Amino acid sequence: MSRTQTIWIGIGVVLLALSFFAQNLLPDYAVRVLTITCINALLVASMAPANGMTGVFSLGHVGFVAVGAYAAGILSLPVATKGSMLPDLPGWLAGWYLSFLPSTLVAGCVTAAVAIVVGAPLLRLSGHFVSVATLGFLVIVNEIVINADSLTRGARTFTGVPLETTLPWALGWLVVGLIALGRIASSPTGRAWRATREDVVAARAIGIETQPTRLSAFVLGAFFAGIGGALYAHYLGSFSPKSFLFAYTFTLISMLVIGGMGSLSGAVLGTVVVTALSEVLRNLERGMDFGALSIPPLYGASQIALGLLFIAIMILRPEGLLGPREIRFPNARSPKETTHDSAAP
Amino acid sequence: MSAPLLDVRDLEVAYGAVTALRGVSLSIAPGEVVALLGANGAGKSTLLRAISGVVRAKRGEIVFDGAPISRLPPAQIVRTGIAHSPEGRRVFPGLTVAENLRLGAAARGAAKAEWLADRETFYDLFPVLRDRMNQTAGTLSGGEQQMLAVSRALMARPRLLLLDEPSLGVAPLIVRGLFKALASLKAKGMTMLLVEQDVRMALSLADRAYVLRTGSVVLSGTAAALRADQVGVAAAYLGTHQGTKPI
Repeated sequence: MSRTQTIWIGIGVVLLALSFFAQNLLPDYAVRVLTITCINALLVASMAPANGMTGVFSLGHVGFVAVGAYAAGILSLPVATKGSMLPDLPGWLAGWYLSFLPSTLVAGCVTAAVAIVVGAPLLRLSGHFVSVATLGFLVIVNEIVINADSLTRGARTFTGVPLETTLPWALGWLVVGLIALGRIASSPTGRAWRATREDVVAARAIGIETQPTRLSAFVLGAFFAGIGGALYAHYLGSFSPKSFLFAYTFTLISMLVIGGMGSLSGAVLGTVVVTALSEVLRNLERGMDFGALSIPPLYGASQIALGLLFIAIMILRPEGLLGPREIRFPNARSPKETTHDSAAP
Repeated sequence: MSAPLLDVRDLEVAYGAVTALRGVSLSIAPGEVVALLGANGAGKSTLLRAISGVVRAKRGEIVFDGAPISRLPPAQIVRTGIAHSPEGRRVFPGLTVAENLRLGAAARGAAKAEWLADRETFYDLFPVLRDRMNQTAGTLSGGEQQMLAVSRALMARPRLLLLDEPSLGVAPLIVRGLFKALASLKAKGMTMLLVEQDVRMALSLADRAYVLRTGSVVLSGTAAALRADQVGVAAAYLGTHQGTKPI
């Protein structure tokens, strides 16, 4: 394991320990923002393998989040609630329920299975075509959720999911997700991902099977999207098909693009920057008084300011804040070679 | 001649309605360097792509070391021992030099000690690659990228190396250095199929050569004979050669 990875894991563990105290010490508002930031960061990071590293720019990721959220919701509703909320639930799902952690894990696996089925045909495409096709997937998921009344309550709000996602849980899953994604991204598999992004013909010429390589990135990302969806479901308790559509897609994509595609630290940075800015701007737009100077409320100004910021970043740093690079801690002893696998054995 | 390492029989390849190769046959003996000459669009690169499996043959057969390979996927062909250094260099520009080389050994599943040692031999062959190992490949000059592309293909430890226009867009002085390195590979027994526009360079390295025109072999012979018959080679390029089969 490289020095950089060790330091990141250390930081993650320290933050995780702090989060147990933070959730009692910080105001509710701060805990709420931090928890949502952790869930979003996990979702944005889970887009990095496919969108950033293999160059399959999927716009359907939120479809996987929806699958994860609904799967976790259905699995973890208490039996009594199931009877009243989902009276038409098939018998094999109706008589039992799972607690928080198992329902989250199963939701991740269900989502990964969906990704295998969807990815196998879709990943034959590349470039813009795959983006449009994955957008189609997002719409299809939405329609299925709306019409599968007996499982999802259709367009009505799905509610009653036990509120289990705390800040330590969200941060813990973020740390686990980042470690797993980071380890794989710096392994031979991760190198193969990036080779297929750089040049498909050259990748095939040196014996990389592009289809299975891309599919592995897509499915791994979907697994963590499912986990994130489950955390979301257990955080909000209620959600509807509308929660997982274009607005959320736009939010997550902009976080990914601003942080830098193909970089896990970029994914986290982008999430933090966008969340922090939109929270600050949202509070500012209510208007305030600076002594004699008073700023009237400007509702909607925060969205305009965010939009302008995106444009500015794309002009000044089209690769995003970090581009494909990770934040590294250079090895103090021998800065000779920085790639993970070539560190001294 | 001993049993050929590569035997291409009556190969036909088409891109949609356009036929790129019409019944090409050629063979390469172990340890031999064969040059493939011809004008742009003659089908040289297509032949290499068909051998490495990146494009599919419509008809004909490709036999490598006694086994047919024309139905295998590219990854498996690499594993049987054919490495392809594609036209236009095609290094992975966003990855470092070290990562590019590492990827060359990916299909082989080489042990770490093994590919580290292999990488050292290419750093020795092209010292500039060692100096630039942490740079992204996109920042290298054309000649350096070509050295990297050739080294990356060789990291697969192939028994047959397919080289597509190593001199393309490379300064003449660097081309000479590159061909010197290829000659040292040949001396070590590497079998190569070389596509090259620089006829003189190609014939100085190769044992034999084939001249392709619009998808067919119009002339073939030993490099020495073709060097002596420059008029014939030029005519084969231009399409006025006498006594070749009609197209």
